[in-house]
Amino acid sequence: MSNTKVSPYHHVRSEIIGLLGSEDLFAKAEQQPTRYSYAEAILELGERNTDIVVLDADVSKSVGTNKFAERFPERSFNFGIAEQNMMAAAAGMATTGLMPYATTYAVFASMRALDQVRNSIHYPRLNVKIAASHGGITPGPDGVTHQGQEDLSIMRSIAHSTVIAPADPPTTKLAVWAAAEWEGPVYLSFTRDPVPVIFTMDYPFEIGKAVTVRDGTDATIIAIRDLVVQALIAAERLASKGLNVRVIDCHTLKPLDVEAILKAAKETGAIVTAENNMFYGGLGSAVAEVLVENHPIPMKRIGIRDTFAESGPYLALLKKYGLSADHIANAAEEVIARKKASL
Amino acid sequence: MEHPIMTIEELEAMAVTIRCDIIEMIATANAGHPGGSLSAADIVTALYFRVMRIDPTKLDWADRDRFILSKGHACPVWYAALAERGYFDRSHLNTLRQMNSILQGHPDMKRTPGIDMTAGSLGHGLSAGVGIALSGKLRKKDYHVWVVVGDGESQEGSVWEAAMASAKWKLDNLTAILDHNNLQNDDCVADEMPIEPVADKWRAFGWHVVEIDGHNMTEIVEALEGAKTFQAMPTIIIARTIKGKGVSFMENVVDWHGKAPCREEAEQALEEIRRCGCE
Repeated sequence: MSNTKVSPYHHVRSEIIGLLGSEDLFAKAEQQPTRYSYAEAILELGERNTDIVVLDADVSKSVGTNKFAERFPERSFNFGIAEQNMMAAAAGMATTGLMPYATTYAVFASMRALDQVRNSIHYPRLNVKIAASHGGITPGPDGVTHQGQEDLSIMRSIAHSTVIAPADPPTTKLAVWAAAEWEGPVYLSFTRDPVPVIFTMDYPFEIGKAVTVRDGTDATIIAIRDLVVQALIAAERLASKGLNVRVIDCHTLKPLDVEAILKAAKETGAIVTAENNMFYGGLGSAVAEVLVENHPIPMKRIGIRDTFAESGPYLALLKKYGLSADHIANAAEEVIARKKASL
Repeated sequence: MEHPIMTIEELEAMAVTIRCDIIEMIATANAGHPGGSLSAADIVTALYFRVMRIDPTKLDWADRDRFILSKGHACPVWYAALAERGYFDRSHLNTLRQMNSILQGHPDMKRTPGIDMTAGSLGHGLSAGVGIALSGKLRKKDYHVWVVVGDGESQEGSVWEAAMASAKWKLDNLTAILDHNNLQNDDCVADEMPIEPVADKWRAFGWHVVEIDGHNMTEIVEALEGAKTFQAMPTIIIARTIKGKGVSFMENVVDWHGKAPCREEAEQALEEIRRCGCE
């Protein structure tokens, strides 16, 4: 970047900006799985709010909520490998004014216990926070049974749901704290695999408000969870080709920030969505619904096609299943070309 | 508002009223589940008119006992008890399952005064009860949590997850009442998917088990009051009941699980219930 230019980045750490053009950002950047950031955030939250209780289903060591259990044993409840019971018990607790964070993996929260999550938590709109690690194919090595590649799509379809998937460790902490201020059920999706610490703690996290983290005018990449960093890498690669692409961290899938999407659509005229989640029903679908009804423009979705993934290193899986920065950059070039062709 | 404690005879008379309400409600709605509502009528009457610490004028009273009808389809019995106890006007009973009614086809805590937990999808209620009981222990509240579970419902695996958890945390502030009426939607429980020996199962899961005749008011009251004071273990009262109890043509007939009586059938049912109450 030239010193004479104003940085296009917002709330992005300078260390990360310096590494975005590097092939080995993941090797060099400070990083952490966002499940651990959740565990840190809930520990801090537990100190200042005695209504907070943490429920686990035999994953407290994996997620790090065992630290909450050590600090607040009386407010920690390990239900064993029984997610359905945990979710309905969380609902019961919420009826008495406690604020449970029910902790498990995305596949179990959004599928195995979905009946409890729908009928006992969302239908009565109880104040339960669902903390789901292993969202998307972020447990690379564990393979398909533990890869929550549908969680965002499923949770978005439930009435009264609020669905949040933060991009990095700092915004995960902000999301966990924001959820506590939000009345009603909140689904939080975290990563099992490490992601870089992208943002500074001055990030203006507000549920339902997408944040422009890189300015641009040629196209907009709207990304969620672990693909936000891939979107930033893609934008840097496009910049080297003279393309100036906006990046939006759409951490809240629902309620969707329709205003930010339409603003980006109108100002940049081309949209790419990027999610480590099924191609159906998630961020891409949500953004497409907004655009088709309000402002149809060239758009392309990056997401998991009609397939299950497999075991493997996280970054290699992103490449194999079409979710990497290169895939996002190629999609952006395609929509920019379509935009130009239609002018 | 303290409610005068009812005698056994008064409870029996109230159970007759509640059974009549159930028949009227379901006949008027032309839909609903009479069999399992009638089997639970004596238990629910004892809870609402004698055993539970509740006050219909203080819906959010933090120290109130909680009741969950985990077999939510039997909600006509719950609605009748709530109306007779003064939670809402009896006129609402005529609106069961109608549009804009406070009385949904399955219990909805956000619509119906006095309902502490939404229910309907089977196998949730005992878990919710575990959560409320744990909260009571944490907050050092002395309320008691009462959960009515169905015998067919006991085929849901999550019931046993909740059973394990209740024993782990020694939830002596939680009592389950098994409405053991032997029938479910499709068939006899014993033929469709046997749950016996059900008392042994609960004992093996670490529960204090009491077996009673679920239509004998004296036994019901004694068991409920005993459960309230039993220490260090959750109690389950296995109440042997008759599905459709009080109506000759409904008793022990699978088809009356989820079928409304026509007007003539309803009149006959009401007459039988009232006659039985006079004996």
